[in-house]
Amino acid sequence: MSNNNLYEIRNLKRYFPAKNGKVVKAVDDVTFNIARGETFSLVGESGCGKTTCGRTLLGVYPKTAGSILYNGKESSELSRAEQKEFKRQNQMIFQDPYSCLDPRMAIGTIIQEGMNVHYDYTPAERNEKVRELLYKVGLTADFASRFPHELSGGQRQRIGIARALAMNPSFIVCDEPIAALDVSIQAQVINLMIDLQQEMGLTYLFISHDLSMVRHISDRIGVMYLGSLVEVSASGPLYEKPLHPYTKALFSAIPDIGKRSTKERIRLQGEIPNPMNPPPGCKFSSRCPYVTDRCSHEAPQLQELEPDHFVACHMAAVLNK
Amino acid sequence: MFEEKDFTIIGADAERGEAFARKPVTYWGDAFRRFKENKVAVVAFVVLFLLVISVIVVPILSPYDYTKQDLRSRKEWPSAEHIFGTDSLGRDLFTRVFQGGRVSLAIGIIGAAVVAIVGCIYGGIAAYFGGWVDMAMMRVVEVLSSVPNLLVIIMMSLLFDSSSVSTLLFAMCITGWCPVARLVRSQMLQISASEYVMAARVMGVSPLKIVLTHMIPNTISLIIVNITFRIPGFIFSEAFLSYVGLGVQPPSTSWGALASEGQVTLSFYPYMMFFPAFFIALTMLCFTLMGDGLRDALDPKLRR
Repeated sequence: MSNNNLYEIRNLKRYFPAKNGKVVKAVDDVTFNIARGETFSLVGESGCGKTTCGRTLLGVYPKTAGSILYNGKESSELSRAEQKEFKRQNQMIFQDPYSCLDPRMAIGTIIQEGMNVHYDYTPAERNEKVRELLYKVGLTADFASRFPHELSGGQRQRIGIARALAMNPSFIVCDEPIAALDVSIQAQVINLMIDLQQEMGLTYLFISHDLSMVRHISDRIGVMYLGSLVEVSASGPLYEKPLHPYTKALFSAIPDIGKRSTKERIRLQGEIPNPMNPPPGCKFSSRCPYVTDRCSHEAPQLQELEPDHFVACHMAAVLNK
Repeated sequence: MFEEKDFTIIGADAERGEAFARKPVTYWGDAFRRFKENKVAVVAFVVLFLLVISVIVVPILSPYDYTKQDLRSRKEWPSAEHIFGTDSLGRDLFTRVFQGGRVSLAIGIIGAAVVAIVGCIYGGIAAYFGGWVDMAMMRVVEVLSSVPNLLVIIMMSLLFDSSSVSTLLFAMCITGWCPVARLVRSQMLQISASEYVMAARVMGVSPLKIVLTHMIPNTISLIIVNITFRIPGFIFSEAFLSYVGLGVQPPSTSWGALASEGQVTLSFYPYMMFFPAFFIALTMLCFTLMGDGLRDALDPKLRR
């Protein structure tokens, strides 16, 4: 199992310095694996550290502590040549299709940008490659001479995907790639991504707060709350039987379509605590309906409650009997 | 009610799916089109263009020399012979106004260009290195821009013991580049935090290449607009300084110096003051209106 992991993330921490000496623990002690060829999703509310986690993996932000093993090697200790190869194999798709493309660059130039760093193509080969990539994401060769402002949101997102694919990557961080698109386009882009994954054997880290879409695309899911992973599991069991009280509340908020809802919504009390000043012990303890004395003293660790289903909650075993 | 058999799948034609109705438009092509649509800005541009042509051509073609004194025809009101009249030493004002325009416009354009270049390099370096380099460089800017401009110019003319055009220009540029440096730095910082620069970094594009392909092209339009707004500022500063006697010295002249001479006899010969003042006002207005047009045309956020 372990040699099938593309990424092994151990106790990863990423803190941002804030005013008056405090730190924001955007990612706090996160441990998970991403297997080759799978789609691993991170879900959670806004500001829970999903994006920071994805960016730290790719080295956009330096990590504060912990280790990121990529293909079994510590990603911060790669040699120069390995680093370059790492940058070719690991790509990113962004949330906002309006700000992720340089407004002054033609689409063809945007797609070529990374290609020119890693591959020695002749100009003719490059143009051919751009044309191929545009077809691959469902656009025509016409687009190469266009500028971002002439494109719709969905088309721009496809350009973002084509730019990532131009590198022949093995891993793509998809940072809320569909959040800024309208629903009809969302399905197109997601289906495109699934097709490309099967065709090119890609591994995705999919970051989203759209829970229905996550269920559709993911193999495994990690649920984050205030910078910590509270539950990690395969997608099916997680949706059918969430173990963590937060996951239960989160999933009970998914709207049902077509049938009168019989399930009871769990309404959490209060607001998300300030990440600069999280509650002691379990971070969810300030809002958890099942809070005990132990929760506010001792931070729970991820434990395998059911096969391949990890949960960080002291009460999980009792509550899910 | 419709049933399934009422529908047939006709599929999608990928070739024709998302065709473009209009021709490809480059960024600058689009900006030019929008500038053309702004009639006021185009008129301002044409007026400025004519003005530049005439300050070059008129002193050459004019039958009068701008330094030539003619004591028999002093203080003549505008006529067919002397279009703008003559001054108190009998020099042809038409020639002198356009000769002065050369100096005024040159100071405006050269000053703005120098300020822009120095500001870009300084601001660019501060933004690129960031951290304590940025901190130190920006504090220097703050100190410099808190010194009153007039004081610096007076000190400079004392220091160099001259009040020539070049001293004036130098003194105006010494503090003039600070706002440009600030502008460039903040724009560069904004761009370097953008997602397309992050994408380029993730892909392993070198920092130098990111500066050349992303940072500079995205800052250049801002700088062009800024230069356009800065030129009238320089022209007016020069006019003001020449007016109070710190600038251009006779027999050389500028619009400010001409206005200063005309002011002496304002109540009897108002035309001597009117013409240079009119050209100062016209030039400043045109640059400002054109700058407005350029800003609207070049700002991608204002694109409909």
